[in-house]
Amino acid sequence: MRADLEIIQQWIPENSRVLDLGCGDGELLAWLKEHKNVSGYGLEIDPDKINACIEKNVNVIEQNLDLGLGNFASNSFDVVVMTQALQVVHYPDRILQEMLRVGRTCIITFPNFGHWRCRWYLATRGRMPVSDFMPYTWYNTPNIHFCTFKDFEALCSEMQMQVLDRLAVDNQHRDHLGSKLWPNLLGEIGIYRVTRNTVKTA
Amino acid sequence: MSGVFPEDSVGLVYPQTAQFTEPLLLACGRQLDEYELVYETYGSLNDTRSNALLICHALSGHHHAAGYHTDDSKPGWWEACIGPGKPIDTNKFFVVSLNNLGGCNGSTGPASTNPFTGKPYGADFPMMTVQDWVQSQARLADRLGIEQWAAVVGGSLGGMQALQWTIDYPERVRHCVSIAAAPRLSAQNIAFNEVARQAITSDPDFYAGHFLEQGTVPRRGLKLARMIGHITYLSDDSMGEKFGRELKTEQLNFDLNNVEFQVESYLRYQGEQFSTRFDANTYLIMTKALDYFDPAAAHGGDLAKTFANASASFYLISFTTDWRFSPERSREMANALIAAGKNVTYVDIDAPHGHDAFLIPHPRYLQAFSSYMNRIET
Repeated sequence: MRADLEIIQQWIPENSRVLDLGCGDGELLAWLKEHKNVSGYGLEIDPDKINACIEKNVNVIEQNLDLGLGNFASNSFDVVVMTQALQVVHYPDRILQEMLRVGRTCIITFPNFGHWRCRWYLATRGRMPVSDFMPYTWYNTPNIHFCTFKDFEALCSEMQMQVLDRLAVDNQHRDHLGSKLWPNLLGEIGIYRVTRNTVKTA
Repeated sequence: MSGVFPEDSVGLVYPQTAQFTEPLLLACGRQLDEYELVYETYGSLNDTRSNALLICHALSGHHHAAGYHTDDSKPGWWEACIGPGKPIDTNKFFVVSLNNLGGCNGSTGPASTNPFTGKPYGADFPMMTVQDWVQSQARLADRLGIEQWAAVVGGSLGGMQALQWTIDYPERVRHCVSIAAAPRLSAQNIAFNEVARQAITSDPDFYAGHFLEQGTVPRRGLKLARMIGHITYLSDDSMGEKFGRELKTEQLNFDLNNVEFQVESYLRYQGEQFSTRFDANTYLIMTKALDYFDPAAAHGGDLAKTFANASASFYLISFTTDWRFSPERSREMANALIAAGKNVTYVDIDAPHGHDAFLIPHPRYLQAFSSYMNRIET
């Protein structure tokens, strides 16, 4: 399984109900169904990926995330997952809000634009970073909303989200001492588990 | 057609007839004491009888879904999707396709002889509903020794029957494939149907539905009904591409007596053809069955509750340019099934052909259809 998915699956309880936004070829949901008896649905818009889901026996729904999750009831899923799609959607804050409404907990992964290599690229060349991991140029990239870990966490607190778990890893999804100490500088991908901040009343 | 058939066709097929003498109680409160169902089968039933698949037809469809009759120049209506190696692969499935009750292609319908009067039923044939059809289809399944369908598959009104199966006989269907369908008709849908019905019933040759006894057929009304129906099956774009504003003649004639635009000529031709092969009372019954279909009505309009007891997995397909039963209608179904915790897959095929797209071999449609059918265990 894709390395980030291997990390994510540990945060998904057995027998839970999972919604996977931008589920790709359905790898995570197929694995969760087989190993954790998870009942899951994936949302995807790419026809080839949808077809891959169908072949894997994954419940896939053709749906554009930019149109929101208005078709899902509040609290109707235990976990809502969105891997590597936050930077692709038109309104990251709105989709996060929707995820928090629909799911009890949410798992989000995204590339860190604050990684030292991005900073170095921009600092030395004065141009938008292009790498093997992010191979697009600014005008043709599907990644339209890059952020750093710090940016994301600022949004979390603005939206009163509670970060339950966070992991900064390299592009092989390994975590190092460095990415633990200075995640915003040395972590390439962020994996976050968040929930709504429940205001405690006396 | 004679000679060699395409390799991916089921080839020569023969309709069969099943007779039923146990009365069928209908939703309208009346009953059919005896009736016949005409059907075809393709492929072969396996030893465990686990590979049977039912095809449900749409408004003007019938049992002849695939292959060729001896006198056919064209194959069955869903040849694009049924055959060896096609989405509904006859090497894998034992396909059963019938003509619904009230039809006019061999099963008991308004043009059949009423055993009590010795005359054609005409307007005396009872109104049918999707539930009635499903009930009669279940009896055909019993007759064929099929306890459970691997899948029930249909487009448009056929897709509604597939949905109804999962409600009425949840234990008898493993997969429901509902294409270009809707959980209920909109006011606009019903309005179009009503115009079609008015076209038929206002034809002087209709004789309150007993035209056969008068030795005539309300051809003008039926033609008009088909013309308006046909418009709703196509998209603005597909009509534009097919006909545009192309003229039939060199120039405009400025008179009402001649066909001027190609699209007029096409619609008239389609209407004419249809009026020679279809029964007017059947058309009325089919459109009414469409209007009546609303399984959620018994559950306060709650679709999720409606499907609460269904055990089938659902596959819903819509087409982006279908404005008769738009993608939104399929999404509504998908949302309800998700809320009900059912297995459901939904795809929205970007095809230009409007509602008729479910009959057309569009590459992505065929691929998405095949991928799902291939994974069904038999």
